[in-house]
Parts: sequence; structure tokens; C-alpha cells
Amino acid sequence: MAIDLHKFANPARFLRITAVIFPWAAALTLLLLGIGLYFALFVSPEDYQQGNTVRIMFVHVPAAWMSMSVYSMMAISAAVGLIWKHPVADLSAKAAAPIGACFTFLALVTGSLWGQPMWGTFWVWDARLTSMLILFFLYLGYMAIWESYDDPSKAAKAAAILVLVGAINVPVIKFSVDWWNTLHQPASVATMDGPKIHSSILTPLLIMGTAYMSLFVTVFIIRVKAEILNRRLRMMRLVQLED
Amino acid sequence: MGSFFSLLKRDIQLAVRQGSAFTMTLSFFVIAVTLFPLGVGPELSILARISPGVLWVGALLACLLTLDRMFQADFEDGSLDQLMLGSMPLEIMVLAKISAHWLTSVFPLILITPILALSLNMPGEGIGAMILALLLGSPVLSLIGAIGAALTVGMRRGGVLLSLLVLPLYIPVLIFGVAAVEAAIAVLPVGPHLLLLSGLSLGALVLCPLAAAAGLRLAVD
Repeated sequence: MAIDLHKFANPARFLRITAVIFPWAAALTLLLLGIGLYFALFVSPEDYQQGNTVRIMFVHVPAAWMSMSVYSMMAISAAVGLIWKHPVADLSAKAAAPIGACFTFLALVTGSLWGQPMWGTFWVWDARLTSMLILFFLYLGYMAIWESYDDPSKAAKAAAILVLVGAINVPVIKFSVDWWNTLHQPASVATMDGPKIHSSILTPLLIMGTAYMSLFVTVFIIRVKAEILNRRLRMMRLVQLED
Repeated sequence: MGSFFSLLKRDIQLAVRQGSAFTMTLSFFVIAVTLFPLGVGPELSILARISPGVLWVGALLACLLTLDRMFQADFEDGSLDQLMLGSMPLEIMVLAKISAHWLTSVFPLILITPILALSLNMPGEGIGAMILALLLGSPVLSLIGAIGAALTVGMRRGGVLLSLLVLPLYIPVLIFGVAAVEAAIAVLPVGPHLLLLSGLSLGALVLCPLAAAAGLRLAVD
């Protein structure tokens, strides 16, 4: 790889870089969430069948995107942590997990609130919904395994193995609407023939997607920073005990 | 290969002589399945409708019951360290353990399934498909379970965590397993579901020993 990963693996340098990014990411989140919500709730047209409930989509779809992206990102960091033994990679996977779990939960809840008026039921056991629920359980299992080891380096490896095994679920979620005949509608934004929805809806959706992404970056930086400081504190305590 | 079979033989002998593993999982399976007619009501049409799912979920939970002992007994008395020091690759060792687990705690469940299926009023067409689906799909339960067992081997109360880790990964087997039986009952082609189950088994056969071995290395060093 052309980018030198080892350079960013240094926690001190990582903290310095994120300190520069953080205010921009936070400001971008506020700005995009403001614009995105305004467009989504007021400007974009009502659906001719769904009426105003279609606006749930602007909260639901980006959350679902993020839930899968965050899991993929965790799987990649976990693999980097396993292969090159970079402690920051493990910590970044750990820091991302609760955020991803929140996005998954948000997608599930908004989805079922949207399902009630549209499908007439809060929940159906079709492939897309079930695989999202599995993803939520995978996040919970990942967080649980971090808690159940005393030694953080062992916990990191165990969690990395688990997250890599669970990564098989991500393509299953993505293609579940194509492989099975589901109630959930098939992919309509990222298709081979380009987006299938009108720009008056697509633009606010993409703005919201970017806003969620920068929200993730903002929260992620806070959490990784806390993890790194936490680990430093632990080391300092250990050194103190040895003296 | 010789050491693979001797380890397999040793584990089966241990299970047979202890005896409790067989009878406990079997009676758990029978009791768990018997609870459903009591809970749902004895109406035969409803029982026939839910029987594939009940049997699959029962088998899944019964399999989970013995998973945490897969490596733990050897871990506690130190023979796991000895096995890992030996010349046998750890992945093969794990595979022997998985095979022993499947033969001792999953295979007996499959043998008793036809009787339970009859008691739940499952249509005759479904029973054959149920056995085939279990035979093809249940190795996945032991294989994926081995990863969870390896990751929780050193923990004092790993059983609960084990089920949290493993059950979400069992869901695909459950879905295709039940779909195969329901297709057979509805006289639809069963082949695709059985092929998917075999595919899951073969994929798990390749990947799971690697992951479980990595988990064991972590627990022991």
C-alpha cells in the first residue's frame, strides 16, 4: 500500500491529526444536519402514495448505510490489528462498535415505525430485516467480548476474530433484497444504472448521508481519544504499582 | 491423520464412559420439544405447522448446551497445552474435537428426531427432508460453535457469552433448514435448500477450524 500505515499507527501522531480534523468534522456535522433536515422535512416533496411518512426515509436509509459501513470499517481495522499488531487499529474498532450499534438500532426502530403505516406491521421476518437484526446482535456480542477479558490485548484479538467471522453477514445484508423476494424494496440509490430516484429526494438523502458520516467521524474521534488516554492511564497506573 | 483419529477416538470414549453428555443433551432436546405442545396447545394442525421450526430450534439449543465443554475440560486439566505442543497442527486438532462433538452431542439428536417429528404430527413427506437437512446442516452448528467455545474457553462463566456470540451466526442454518422441511411438506423442490445447507457446511468446514485455532492460541498463551 502506498500510504504508510505505520506512520498513522503512532498514537501520539494519531491524536495530533485527529485534533486538527475534529473541529471541522463537528462543524460540518452541524451544518449538514441542519441543511439536510431542512431539505428533508420541508423542501422535498411528499410522496404521492406515502404522504409525509416518506420523510422517515431521510433518517432511516443513512442510518442503515452507516450501520454496514461501520461494521466493514471495524472488520478492516480488526484485520489490520491482527496482522500488523497496531494497537490503534484495535482501539479504533472498539471505539466504533457502540456508534455502529446505535446506527443499527436507529435503522431498525425507524424502519419499524415506517413499516407500520406502509406495510401495516411493525416487523416482518424477511431477509433484510432479519439480517439487520443479526448485525445488531453481532455488535452486542463484539462489545460483550471486549468486556469479558481482563487483559486488553487478549480482548482485542478475541474481538477481532469475532468481528471477522461476523463480517460474512455484511454482503448478505447488502444483497438480501436481490437474493430473496422480500417486502423491503430493492436497492434504488447505488445501482448499476445509476440512482433510480428523483433528484428532489436524492439530494437531501445524500446530504443526510454525508451528515451521518461526519457525525460518525466526530463521535469516533472523541471515543478513540478516550480509549488511547484510557490505555495510557492504565499503563501509568501499572508503572506506579511496580515502583 | 493417525493422530486425528486417535484424538477423535479418545474424545468419543471419554463421552461414552462419562455417559452423561449423551443422555443430558438427548433428554434436554426431548423435554424442550415436549414443552411446545403444552405451551401452544395440543391442536394437531398447529403442531404440524410449527414442527419444523420447533425441532430445529430444539436441536440448536441442545447443541449449545454442550458447546462450552468442547475445549474446557482439556483446558482445565492441562491436556490442551499438551495437545498444542504436539506435532499435530492445531487446526486439525480442533477439527477432531469438532467431529467428536458432532458425533456425541448432535448425531444422537438426529437419530431421535423422527420420533419427535411424529409426535408433533409432522407430515410424512417432511420427516425425510428434516433428517436430510439436519444431517447436512448440523455440522455448521458444531463448527461455528467451536469458534465461540475457543474464544470463551478461559472464562469462568463463558456459557452466556458463548450463546450471545454463536446464536446470531446460527440463524442462516435455521432459516434454510426450516425452509427445506417446509418445501418438502408443500411438495416443492427441496434441492436448493439442501444445496445451500451443504454449502454452508463446506464453507464453515474450511473457515471455522482456522478461526477456532486462532481463538485457542489466544486463550492458552
